[in-house]
Amino acid sequence: MNENEEAYWNANVSLILKLLAVWFVVPFLGGIVFVDVLNLIHLGGYKLGFWIAQQGSIYLFVVLIFIYTKKMSDLDDRFESEGDK
Amino acid sequence: MELQTLTYIVVGFTFALYIGIAVWARAGSTKEFYVAGGGIHPIANGMATGADWMSAASFISMAGLIGFSYQGYGGSVFLLGWTGGYVLLAMLLAPYLRKGGKFTVPEFIGDRYYSKTARIVAVVCLIIASITYVIGQMKGIGVAFSRFLETSYEIGLTAGMVIVFIYAVLGGMKGITYTQIAQYVVLIFAYTIPAIFISMNLTGNPIPQLGLGGTLADGTYLLDKLDQVVTELGFSEYTTSTRGTTLNMFMYTLSLMIGTAGLPHVIMRFFTVPTVKDARRSAGWALIFIAILYTTAPAVAGMARLNLMNTLEPAPGEHLVYDERPQWFKNWEVTGLLEFEDKNSDGKIQYSANKDTNEMVKIDNDILVLANPEIAQLPNWVIALVAAGGLAAALSTAAGLLLAIASAISHDLMKGIFTPNISERKELNASRIAMAATIGLAGYLGFNPPDFAAGTVALAFGLAASSLFPALMLGIFYKRMNTAGAVAGMLSGIGVTLFYVFQHKGIMFVKGTEYLGDMSPNWFMGIEPNAFGAVGALVNLIVALIVCKVTPPPPKEVLEFVDFIRSPGAAATASEH
Repeated sequence: MNENEEAYWNANVSLILKLLAVWFVVPFLGGIVFVDVLNLIHLGGYKLGFWIAQQGSIYLFVVLIFIYTKKMSDLDDRFESEGDK
Repeated sequence: MELQTLTYIVVGFTFALYIGIAVWARAGSTKEFYVAGGGIHPIANGMATGADWMSAASFISMAGLIGFSYQGYGGSVFLLGWTGGYVLLAMLLAPYLRKGGKFTVPEFIGDRYYSKTARIVAVVCLIIASITYVIGQMKGIGVAFSRFLETSYEIGLTAGMVIVFIYAVLGGMKGITYTQIAQYVVLIFAYTIPAIFISMNLTGNPIPQLGLGGTLADGTYLLDKLDQVVTELGFSEYTTSTRGTTLNMFMYTLSLMIGTAGLPHVIMRFFTVPTVKDARRSAGWALIFIAILYTTAPAVAGMARLNLMNTLEPAPGEHLVYDERPQWFKNWEVTGLLEFEDKNSDGKIQYSANKDTNEMVKIDNDILVLANPEIAQLPNWVIALVAAGGLAAALSTAAGLLLAIASAISHDLMKGIFTPNISERKELNASRIAMAATIGLAGYLGFNPPDFAAGTVALAFGLAASSLFPALMLGIFYKRMNTAGAVAGMLSGIGVTLFYVFQHKGIMFVKGTEYLGDMSPNWFMGIEPNAFGAVGALVNLIVALIVCKVTPPPPKEVLEFVDFIRSPGAAATASEH
């Protein structure tokens, strides 16, 4: 692996770790572990913790994948053009 | 028009469409048969993945599981587990597997771990997971036919097999992809239209996702009303009742997520897109298409449950008189999904959580979706559409699973290991024969469902989570991982999961052999067997890492292969390998 490819891979791994931290915290902590506390807050007719577990997390998953896709596409373009130099 | 006739017309039209696509999308090469030629647009693949993923269970059973068996909030494990796995798939597996440019999941494992043994172990895991899963789809096809079209279960199952046979054998992945796109459209309309009607009726809001958090005609919040109605009858509160302990819910969700990401029939859909970028994008689109149904399902669960309870007990203490029960109640009594027993002989229906006085002795989970349009008094064409949607969901998932099994046999076992010198022409024929044989086997299992059919979901997700996912992920993210580590990991992951499931559910699910009993006091830290896949995955990971440390590192070509799948740039094409 050359330096260029290694930088690309490291950037990828650090991006994944950040996004997976959000992937873990919101549904597992917000929707399960601390659900009772969050249920004290209301979102219209929804208790917040219940909403995170049955609606919010699913929207979040979609957003996380598209953030990853966008950032990786930018990274691809940058490294592919550098590789041609 | 009579409901029966209308249903035949709608279902007949969708079947004609699938056959039309099959004739148009015939496969001419192994590349078309295994990966649809590798040129599927990412949005089209996302849609096909949605149909591939959403099975008879998602369409027919899930809302009822959430609304009844898992008592509301507890059902979140399915909603979170079966969507969150796509995040893992998009970031940890799909792009790199696409870059590797293989036809099948075991082929990737065989090349990455430079070993035929590893490839065979992967084939075995794939076949067990997929066969257990396909039995459920075959049953779903038979049940949907017999309930909506009033045919016998056997005729329904045979009709379904013939349809799948035509498009899967002729078209392979190419035919399956285009029919799955059509099936997605059918199933998503069939699921959302009744939900929109019901949300309108109850809350005045046409968007079910908002309606669930909205207010009823009397100004109270729907969920508050639901909590009140169920607790009055002695059930636990809808919005807060958990499934077992918090740890159990946590592990259950995690197991379903890891299992989702590790299921071969889903992973292999990402081999069909042109580039690595497309594989990532396609995972996002797949989840959008899936989320449309998965965010609607909890609304259907809550609203249909409320509707049903209101029908049975319009006001507190005022019970429905059995002789005045609505027509849909009679219809579903005939099928055995609903059962009433007048325990106190007053001719009225008393429904409660108390087993001794409850007179609704059976309310099948499936009733929430199947009878939903009738309970809400929706027009007949909506009911016909639900029938077509249920069949589309079962057929699309069955086809994906059958292809996963058939390609593992013809490409991995025959071309890869036992008869490596066969020509492409012969391999294509072999894959068609393997597909036909697999359909025959699945059909046989559908006609004679083994005793363990009910426990199969746990097994399929448990196996995928504890065997394939860790092996694939380590192969990409841990360069030093070698054959010995991967094989030992897979075997111990499966071993631990099977051991746990069998000791509580019976060996091969045979009743009487469950020596620890299917009871919560004997569960390890309160974790139910369905939720054990995550523990199996962890065992796999630890064993793999330890064994890997004490055995030699992989050869140079493998390290180069890992560098290649990690680097930016064009994906390999499978024909080059």
